[in-house]
Amino acid sequence: MIIGQIRDGIVLDHITAGRGIEIYELLGLDKLECTVAMIKNAESEKMGKKDIIKVGQVIDLNFDILGYIDPGITVNIIRDGKLVKREHLSLPERIKNLIVCKNPRCITSSERSIQHEFVLVDPEKKLYRCLYCESEAPKNIG
Amino acid sequence: MRHLIDIKDLSVDEIMDLIQTANDIIENPEKYQNACQYKQLATLFFEPSTRTRLSFESAMNSLGGKVLGFSEAASSSTAKGETVADTIQTVSSYVDIIVMRHPKEGAPLVASRVSEVPVINAGDGGHNHPTQTLTDLLTIYREKGGLDNLTIGLCGDLKFGRTVHSLITAMSRYSGIKFVLISPEELRIPQYIKSDVLEPRNIPYEEVASLEDSIPDLDILYMTRVQRERFFNEADYMRLKDTYILTPDKLKNAKDSLSVLHPLPRVNEISTEVDSTPYACYMRQVKNGKFIRMALILKLLGVTV
Repeated sequence: MIIGQIRDGIVLDHITAGRGIEIYELLGLDKLECTVAMIKNAESEKMGKKDIIKVGQVIDLNFDILGYIDPGITVNIIRDGKLVKREHLSLPERIKNLIVCKNPRCITSSERSIQHEFVLVDPEKKLYRCLYCESEAPKNIG
Repeated sequence: MRHLIDIKDLSVDEIMDLIQTANDIIENPEKYQNACQYKQLATLFFEPSTRTRLSFESAMNSLGGKVLGFSEAASSSTAKGETVADTIQTVSSYVDIIVMRHPKEGAPLVASRVSEVPVINAGDGGHNHPTQTLTDLLTIYREKGGLDNLTIGLCGDLKFGRTVHSLITAMSRYSGIKFVLISPEELRIPQYIKSDVLEPRNIPYEEVASLEDSIPDLDILYMTRVQRERFFNEADYMRLKDTYILTPDKLKNAKDSLSVLHPLPRVNEISTEVDSTPYACYMRQVKNGKFIRMALILKLLGVTV
């Protein structure tokens, strides 16, 4: 299958196979007017299979979301048909307003104006804890 | 400006400085009686805790300062729906230092981010209670002459007991420490205390069910209450509350130098007959709580004597 080259836009490469749709939804790509291509199960020397997303416009991306969900992703920014920036993601040190603390005793459960904030405490285990109550981050976002 | 939200906010050296100051206060109380003249401390207790509040108020009074505040949320503007941040911004424009207890975990951290004056966490739900830990450390230091080379038994509710979690975290920074964790199966220490605190530092610990069998090895026995308010199920509380009751008979094989501590209040987990034995340290522990809080107030206010 051949998907056309992008002149100005973003390519999210090395997405873990099967997670493309989730990332498409979390980044709100369905709301864009420009061309967006989601490639599933593309062949990859390094990964065997991978997903790729191509966006036909340079948009602001929340790297924290991407890094938290799938830290192996490579972000390529293309302008005038040339690669101008390549970013290898890693787990963010802090995640703000992405994951919601589920501890009913946490201050964020009763005061809605406080931002939900999680801190990376163990990169190996990909373990985040709530900044306020130190509860473990729930596995699902939202 | 410094706050005390979590015991980990203080380095080992800072804790030792606080212990030394507290010891000096105990030896020479008159030296400190006007140290905080013209300073004001607010005790904001969004959840009642008579013991901790009175300890702070007595500490500030003994430093020659003044105290204001409230002892339950019903008598504060929280009852009208005010946020923690707004309450703290208001109060911090009246006083020099704030002590707060709140039922919600993390509320003191929220306070410290907006306060113009130092904030001391006097307990946030089941999360942190750093001044209790400082009290425990001063007590262990005074009873044992140091904080190294001790076998510490922690008995009772090790699952929900925040004083236990903080004490393990704090004592893990000293050398030659061994823990004996005595609890029923259902109230064992949470896995994260083992994986985040004990195991990375290779601190020896054992989990046991029998209090009597453990006692001969111990230098410190830290008893805790099974707290009704931490259970969602009354039947579980009733079943577990009387698992461990310390009596003079159970202490017959203890080392002569064993020190029994308890954060208090107790219900029945230490029989009153133990009070008159040389092992009982918990009433001295209460006194130490006031002195270490005096030392902490001085430190956070930057007052030197």
